[in-house]
Amino acid sequence: MATTANVHQTKWWSGGKSPFNMEYGKLMMWYFLMSDAFTFGAFLISYGSIRFSQNFWPDPNVVFNAFPGAGHANLPLAFVSVMTFILIISSVTMVLAVHAGHKGDKQAVVKWLAWTIVGGLAFLSCQAWEWHHLITGEHATLIDGQIKMVGQTTAVNPWGDLASASAVADALKNTSHETLVQLISSHDHSFSHEQLAGMSQEKLMSMVNAADLHIRENGPVAFGGYFYGITGFHGFHVFSGVVINIVMLIMTQKDIFQKRGHYLMIEKAGLYWHFVDLVWVFVFLCFYLI
Amino acid sequence: MSTHFDPTQHISSSAAYPEVSFYEHTDDATFKKKVRKTTILLSVITIIELAIGLAIYTIHKGENPSALLVLMFKGAVCILTLAKAYYIVSVFMHLGDEIRNMIMTIVVPLMLFIWFIIAFIADGNSYKNLRNKYDKHFQESTMPAKHHSAEEKPADAGGKQ
Repeated sequence: MATTANVHQTKWWSGGKSPFNMEYGKLMMWYFLMSDAFTFGAFLISYGSIRFSQNFWPDPNVVFNAFPGAGHANLPLAFVSVMTFILIISSVTMVLAVHAGHKGDKQAVVKWLAWTIVGGLAFLSCQAWEWHHLITGEHATLIDGQIKMVGQTTAVNPWGDLASASAVADALKNTSHETLVQLISSHDHSFSHEQLAGMSQEKLMSMVNAADLHIRENGPVAFGGYFYGITGFHGFHVFSGVVINIVMLIMTQKDIFQKRGHYLMIEKAGLYWHFVDLVWVFVFLCFYLI
Repeated sequence: MSTHFDPTQHISSSAAYPEVSFYEHTDDATFKKKVRKTTILLSVITIIELAIGLAIYTIHKGENPSALLVLMFKGAVCILTLAKAYYIVSVFMHLGDEIRNMIMTIVVPLMLFIWFIIAFIADGNSYKNLRNKYDKHFQESTMPAKHHSAEEKPADAGGKQ
């Protein structure tokens, strides 16, 4: 078998073998992930570009300070750190699933893939809660010379600079009766909502102390579009990753990989899942930390 | 029998080359140790990042926020994030275990980001400076005011609903 020996001595690029020592599908998954990295990179850099073009940008610790079940407690970074750890742990369970696949251990693959899916669903639930909280939140904001109760949307940002006491005092004159009732009932619990609603505009305005309200101006509108756009695009990746993992789980259960002789598909799904975790690391940095 | 060498004769039809490794060569104990080490490392870096995030929050709330200190903390968080990315890609995604040719086809194109980030951040910054210089209304209406007296500082910044 002299020819065999010759073939093995050839150089990487002289043909006859994969110069990257990698299966085709896995190599293409890497190149897809590289292009996806540029997509996410372009989004995040565009966000950075707009942020640097503004004199004021909301402080993430002020925007993201809520925690499910904690009411109005001020807990900056708490909930997003839970989301980050969920994704790190699900990445670890995916590593274990891929490793079990290398050993051909079907039961272990099923176990770790199932935990990875649970982690992905937990992350998506967290994101759903966070979005819901941001969109439906009612923050007293100084917009067009009057105070309005608004949430974070792509059209309005309630986290601008703190408005001056004089501007707030002027704005109160133009503010609707209903908003005044909401404003007072949110921090003064000595009257019921019905009692306040029955009071006159003048009475309500005399109860409001402009200096105590800490009302903010309408902040940069681009904040909402970028936040929902980029975390939404990442969330869509998590969702498709969960779907891919479920397909992998079903294929494993049906012994498809066992018959094929290898679990390379699990490895490719694993690469995608780790990439989702990798992107979150940067989304976490750009939106929540700096 | 032909002496022609068929590299695919002993493996399944879905794999083209015999040297493609379907099985890891590291033993179980080494692998588990490596994964445990990386998990702890990623968790510790995340906790440090959170601590820095809270430190920035405290500085912002303080009487005289130091812009330089905030910038240094933000730089530190960026470096820690790059460290996290390195560990995820090299250990979890096993890129560190691939051969050099392969690693380079992934890493070299990503170098484009160095220009990409610097150019576009600088562009945004320059746009802001030009607008502040020539559009005084923009500057006056968006520049954070220095009118906040101590009593106006929010105890729970923006936490109301």
